[in-house]
Amino acid sequence: MTAGFRAAWHVGRVVSRRAETRSAVRLEIEVPTWPGNHAGSHLDIRLTAPDGYQASRSYSIASSGPATRVVLAVDEVLSGEVSPYVVHDLREGDELEVHGPLGRYFVWTPEDPDPAPVQLIAGGSGVVPLFAMADARERQPHGTDFRLLYSARTPDDVFFASELGALTKTRVDIVHTRRSPLGSPRPPGRLTQESLAELTFPAGVAPRIFVCGPTPFVETVSRWLLELGQDPARIRTERFGGSG
Amino acid sequence: MTHVDGNALAGTLVDVLGFDSTDAIGECAGCRHRSELARAHAFVTAMGAIVRCEACQGVLAVVVRTPTDVHVSLSGLARVSIARRVSRAPRPPSP
Repeated sequence: MTAGFRAAWHVGRVVSRRAETRSAVRLEIEVPTWPGNHAGSHLDIRLTAPDGYQASRSYSIASSGPATRVVLAVDEVLSGEVSPYVVHDLREGDELEVHGPLGRYFVWTPEDPDPAPVQLIAGGSGVVPLFAMADARERQPHGTDFRLLYSARTPDDVFFASELGALTKTRVDIVHTRRSPLGSPRPPGRLTQESLAELTFPAGVAPRIFVCGPTPFVETVSRWLLELGQDPARIRTERFGGSG
Repeated sequence: MTHVDGNALAGTLVDVLGFDSTDAIGECAGCRHRSELARAHAFVTAMGAIVRCEACQGVLAVVVRTPTDVHVSLSGLARVSIARRVSRAPRPPSP
């Protein structure tokens, strides 16, 4: 691990927002005092109501490096407390409190001396920190092999679709659970242990594995990985609940 | 209620302890299982969080928020081992 990016509270300003998918928004937030962040880390957004009530939620960061521009992709959790505000009400120019960068456990850095390949496995919006890792790898001239296996409902629900399509150093496989793209050889359906085995690095090459998604997805995938002989010490997971 | 990873408590732990401890190694006082705090199971509500051992589900830590304070119990943790960060002291000049 290189010198850490120390976590602190900061004030950021939304400089751009656009639709990421039908239910998610991509935000670019300028945080003048941001120290930079490793790929895979997250931040907490804190909202304060006029009566002083505060609510905070964690969001993965899609960007990495020493920049003060932080990119988020936030999926709306229906009945959530924070994400509906972020998705629908936050406007360019709005200020918000952010705490980070956080989560030094679930990060990948280009200086990582481990030569083993890196397997990324995403469920839904869990792709955000894994995209940050693939993007960080993309910017390195040399390094280890990356693969991303991404479970998404339909082609319209894929985050960072054009960026993922442009990756040259990460092999990307997308499994669509509800609707496949036209002409796809793979019918829509949930990820199975067979397709997991087919679309990920085998245990024989001892990959490092990062899994991020909703808790049931992460539980299932983790169990399958262990059954496929992967080393639990090399699997790192990030589950998110539905409190949005 | 479903759980998330201890990793999700990084922000809370920074506020309470002053540093990001998700990669610190915690030892369960109940079963002596040792692993990164990020691997523990976190049950998070608006009031705070309960952190349980991934091996025996014993309670490692409880965090309760009130309007004025944050109360932290670490009674289920026998030990926490924190990697010392590499200092950036300049090397002495070569002779």
